[in-house]
Amino acid sequence: MGTLGRYVLFIVGLFRNTEKIKVYIKRVIEECEAIGINSVFIVAIVSTFIGAVTAVQTAYNLFSPTVPKYIIGTIVRDMTVLELAPTITCVVLAGKVGSHIAGELGTMRITEQIDALEVMGINSASYLVLPKIIAAIITFPMLVVLAGFLSIWGGHMAGVLTGSLTEMEYVYGIRYGFAPQNVFFALIKAVVFAFLITSISSFMGYYTKGGALEVGKASTQAVTSSCISILLADYLLAQLLL
Amino acid sequence: MIEIKDIKKSFGDKEILKGISGKFEPGKTNLIIGGSGTGKSVLLKCIIGIHEPTSGEILYNGRDFVNADKRTLKEIRREIGMLFQGSALFDSKTVLENVLFPMEMMTDMSAKERLERAEFCLERVELSHAGHLYPSEISGGMQKRVGIARAIVLNPRYLFCDEPNSGLDPQTAITIDELIQEITEEYNITTVIVSHDMNSVMGIGQYIMYLYKGLKLWEGSNKTLLDTEVKELQEFIFSSELVRDLKNRK
Repeated sequence: MGTLGRYVLFIVGLFRNTEKIKVYIKRVIEECEAIGINSVFIVAIVSTFIGAVTAVQTAYNLFSPTVPKYIIGTIVRDMTVLELAPTITCVVLAGKVGSHIAGELGTMRITEQIDALEVMGINSASYLVLPKIIAAIITFPMLVVLAGFLSIWGGHMAGVLTGSLTEMEYVYGIRYGFAPQNVFFALIKAVVFAFLITSISSFMGYYTKGGALEVGKASTQAVTSSCISILLADYLLAQLLL
Repeated sequence: MIEIKDIKKSFGDKEILKGISGKFEPGKTNLIIGGSGTGKSVLLKCIIGIHEPTSGEILYNGRDFVNADKRTLKEIRREIGMLFQGSALFDSKTVLENVLFPMEMMTDMSAKERLERAEFCLERVELSHAGHLYPSEISGGMQKRVGIARAIVLNPRYLFCDEPNSGLDPQTAITIDELIQEITEEYNITTVIVSHDMNSVMGIGQYIMYLYKGLKLWEGSNKTLLDTEVKELQEFIFSSELVRDLKNRK
């Protein structure tokens, strides 16, 4: 409970004694590159293969002649939009972005770079962390949309190339019973997960004490806590919004 | 001038500073010395506002720093320059960007004025050729000099240095000491240095405060240091063979 209280105070502190808006704009752009653009490759690889594997495994399990083949496309779509694109992508990002943030802030703490900001009268948490959170909230939904497209494309490639179904059947399955609100749900999840990953990882890194060993521990703890919070939030959001 | 009055600081049950008072005058290099774990760095961090003292007063030219309102606090902070033990340069910024940073954050100077001032400060520490390099690409001594350039870029009235010579070879350490003393006298800055390096103490200690187990046991200058009768201070300074020789020759 003590840690949760400190986390809440940390988040509240981000909005106190803030700097000039142009400082944040510059920092947000820098962080969008570090957090968002630099994650495109890993998100693309993971989502394409997840889509492909989902299609292949669904086809393998659907052996009944009474079930139409286009249902493979429908299952790939629903799994991608509802779960794989937002949740799995964000779990991957928790590993990549979360460890990066905790490591960066932890190193800044132990090398007194954060103290240097404080001596200059800068709210170091706000200056360093707030742009990361905003950048993640902007870029994560984009990455999730990208992941969704690539996952469905991966499913298409795997399904059609292995001869499990035709292109026509896959496309029909994708369009069959499509519920647009599911995309909205996925985007809400992406925003919530973006906040959780960046804020938790920043919190872990910002309060690092000690040396290199503790920075490593903070990174590990950041990824673990972020993943657990993602899964918890995923369940709560599913209960609330579906 | 900086005046500290009865500064106490505890972390949990552990009392680190047990009521320290003193005055640091402008245009002088004021040294806080003592062995490891005596509270030197904690005192320095209290004076610059990284730690809040448990009790006591810190006055910057009569302005109360501990209970200052937001405006006064900002005003005082604007007048402080700090050289950290490990230089604390921002890894993601070049040398020039590091020096430009305080001006970008704390002044309304134009880009041209900022650049001119940063280049002047880098020239002052003889690093005008290194502006494009990153901190990881320069030596420890050069990093300290960049740290000094960053600390003086806003024309501070108060300069703080935490172990400025740690990790440096003796020759570079002397260069850094001399640079700090020159800058102090040139701009009439109140400089406070935390050190346990006896070469620095003897070289630039115009005012020296000796701490032992969170208490101030002695104050004076490098001229009177060797004549001290405080046993703990004698043990501290004469642990250096160099100082023992100096004392014998005297």
